[in-house]
This record gives sequence, structure tokens and C-alpha cells, in this order.
Amino acid sequence: MRITCPVCGERDRREFTYKEAALARPEAGADLEDWDAYVHLRENPAGVTRELWYHEMGCSAWIVVTRNTVTHAMLGSELASGADLGGKR
Amino acid sequence: MRFSGWRVLKEGLTGNKGWTPHWRNPEPKSEYDVVIIGGGGHGLATAYYLAAEHGITNVAVVEKGYLGGGNVGRNTTIVRGNYYLPGNSEFYSHSLKLWEGLEQELNYNAMMSQRGIINLFHNDGQRDAIVRRGNAMINQGDDAELLDRGQLRRMAPFLNFDNNRFPIQGGLFHRRGGTARHDAVAWGFARGADMRGVDLIQNCEVRGIDVEGGKVTGVQTSRGVIRAKKVALAAAGRSGQVAAMAGLTLPIESHILQAFVSEGIKPLVDHVITFAEGHLYISQSDKGGLVFGSYLDLYSSYAARGNLPMVEHTMESFMAMVPAVGKARLLRSWGGIMDMTPDGSPIIDHAPIDGLYLNCGWCYGGFKATPGSGNAYAHLIATDRPHGAATKFKLDRFRTGVGLMDEEGTGAQHNLH
Repeated sequence: MRITCPVCGERDRREFTYKEAALARPEAGADLEDWDAYVHLRENPAGVTRELWYHEMGCSAWIVVTRNTVTHAMLGSELASGADLGGKR
Repeated sequence: MRFSGWRVLKEGLTGNKGWTPHWRNPEPKSEYDVVIIGGGGHGLATAYYLAAEHGITNVAVVEKGYLGGGNVGRNTTIVRGNYYLPGNSEFYSHSLKLWEGLEQELNYNAMMSQRGIINLFHNDGQRDAIVRRGNAMINQGDDAELLDRGQLRRMAPFLNFDNNRFPIQGGLFHRRGGTARHDAVAWGFARGADMRGVDLIQNCEVRGIDVEGGKVTGVQTSRGVIRAKKVALAAAGRSGQVAAMAGLTLPIESHILQAFVSEGIKPLVDHVITFAEGHLYISQSDKGGLVFGSYLDLYSSYAARGNLPMVEHTMESFMAMVPAVGKARLLRSWGGIMDMTPDGSPIIDHAPIDGLYLNCGWCYGGFKATPGSGNAYAHLIATDRPHGAATKFKLDRFRTGVGLMDEEGTGAQHNLH
């Protein structure tokens, strides 16, 4: 599995650290249920998912990777800054 | 049909013509008291204990594929009771005790081998942590012994004691730990459940869970509707998809964990041994293959196969611990789909829907838990109260933050376990 960084291009998976599903962070005053959903609950799709990866051993960018969890196919990536994080849990 | 030495002798002398199938292959009935979703180790164990301990025999286990085709056949077969935190400690202790009587109880050879587990340590800090863990195990009523280098050298002379980065200083020995034949565990529970009247329904995929007025009423399957008073999930890596059929979202992310087997070699490794660097665990099967594994691949996956970086890491760890293994060839590898919770500990609890029960989140620890999980889950389903050894496996511990069980102490967060 190789990952395409929007800045550096296609790179070895070992340069990246996986964080979690790409989700919009609740507002500071959001209620407990919203925070629980954001931190813990996951739709955990078998198929296409959007998730946050960190290009730790490259350009240090946070990126949103679109990926298939069944086939490991890479379907796209974009910089996390400015990306719509309202993806599936 | 009961197994015995006499029976083996008799069948051997009469052409092995008297053996019969271990379980029926029934058509599903229209209604059951309990439907268990998932015919793996935990689902089959649950069915067995419901029948054997609670007298509930109007039970169906519905399985999408064949019995024992999932994680119960995709692990490194290790059995142990060496957990540290309250909650896990008493549960895995209970499970190990059930393992010790399992073959007699099931009249089935699960090849339970209490060959002992040795957790190695490389420095003073790790020794202190391992002594603390050993004391917790002793306080739980289980066994733990500290081994020094001299004792270890006599038990496992093939280890690389003088590795410059990771010298082996000693180990924690858990004599009652070991391995079991994983397929036989599933088959033994299946046979035991079937003998007591449980219907094991294979090639039957659950496609929907029926809920009326906040209460579960049955399941939609590829072989028709099955009504049920109680529905119990035991779907391991697929728990998220099954729970979604009842409108639930679980605190679970599915990850891939790889395991490996070398070609068969002469007897070398008498115990299960873990290397503290790299989290490697090894044992040798009765066929002679070295069975080993290490970390998760550390990204969400349903692929049942891993990627090469973790293969490389695992081989490097093994070479660091046992340089001689470089002469052996790798025979095969596989991946299991792990239902990972944020804190790395499981869930056995009511779902927030009447009559629906959850058994999931076994992370990388499901195999050793098999009898304990089935026993505790059956107790919950039968009595609607948690089993005494599984009171802390609550679903809401993540929402409330109370009672998290993070054995590794890394934080209750999805990408850290």
C-alpha cells in the first residue's frame, strides 16, 4: 500500500502515521453526545472511507486520504487544512 | 458419539467406519428463544454455555460462512491469564480456568498445551513493570515467576541474550499459559452445543435486525426471517456492520493483524516467548512450524491480509531475538480483522435496545477469551445480569470515561491500540 501525499506525491506507507476517520471536530461547547461520537463512535465502513494521515517522515502535512478498506485501493488525497471533514465516522 | 481411548482403538481396528458427523446441519426454524449472530469461537461457546449451564436450548447460531471460518482460525493460538488491570485480570483468569477443564467438559481434544509463556525484558524499567504485572497476576490467584538470565539460558538457549540494543535480562514465566488447537476449540464447542439441541445454521447471512417498539423481534437472513426473543451479536471484525442493522454505531474500528508460520523444523521452541522490543510473540506448533506475529498494521482494514512493512518489522524482530531463525523459510501468512475499541478492552453488555446483546471489541485478545467470553455472555443473555468475572466490560465506559481499561497505558484513542 502506497499513499499519495498532495505535496510530495506517491510515497511509501511507512512515511505516514494513521490517525483516524476524518471527522469534523465539535464546537467547544458541544454536548457530551457529540464529543462521544467524535472521539469514540465509528461507522467503520467496509468499503470507501475518508481518514486522517500524517506525513510524519515527509513534509509533515496532515492529509485526508480516501481509501477502500476492503481492497486497500488509494482513491485520492487532499490537504486536511481546508478539507471538508464531515466524513463517515 | 463419545470420544475415548477405547473408541479410537476400536475404530482403528475396524477401518474407522463408525465415526459420525460432529453436528447436524438443520434448516432454520421460524422462531427461537435466542439467535446468536456469528458462528465463530465466541458465538459457539455462547451457545454451548447457554445450553449446558442455563438449560436454554431453543437457540440458533447463524453463520454467514462456515463454522469457525473467521478469527478463531486466524490467530496464533495463545492462551494466557496474565492481564494487569482490574476488569481484564479477573476475566482472563476465569477464562484460563475454563480452558483448563475444557477438553474434559467437551469430551473433545482441543490440544490444550500449558507449555508456559515467557515475557522477556531488556532493561530495569521493563523488569520493574513485569514484576508489577507478575504480582498482580499472583494477587488474582494465578501464577507468575521471575526468571533471571541463567534460568532463561537453560530453558531457551537459542535466544540472542547479548543483542547490543536489546539484551535479554530475564523474563516473567506464566506456567499455566500455552496454546490450544484453535479449530478444535470451535469444533468442540459446536459439537457440544449441537448435542444439547442448539441449531447451527451455516451459509446463512444476517441482512437485517428487526426492532419493533424498542424491542428486538428477530433477524432477516439469506434463508428467510427468523423470529427471536433475544438476539446476541458475536460478529468480531464485522460487529460494526451487524450493529448498524439495528441502527447502532459502536466505538469500534476494524484493523488488520497479521500472523506467520515458518516451514516445519525440529523441536526448538518449548514455550510461548514474547520479545519486549517489537511486541513479537512466538511458539512452535506440533507440526514443527514456528507460529508468530507482532503489531497491527495500524490502519483500518477489512482485507484479511496485511502489507509488507509489518511483515518486514516482524521478521526483523524475530531475527533480533533468535538469529538462527534466518535459516528457516516463511511458509505462509494471513490476516485477521480485529474489532478494536479505543481502550483495547472488550465489550460484553446489553445494547440500548431491549433483547439485543453485544459481545465485541475483542481487539487482539479474542482467542484466549473464547471460553470466558462464551460463559460470561451466556450468563448475561440468560439472566440479564453481567457475569461476576465480566462486570466491567461496559459499552458506556467510553461515553462516560469511567472504567476505561487501557492495559498499554497509551490513552483511550482509536489509533493507539
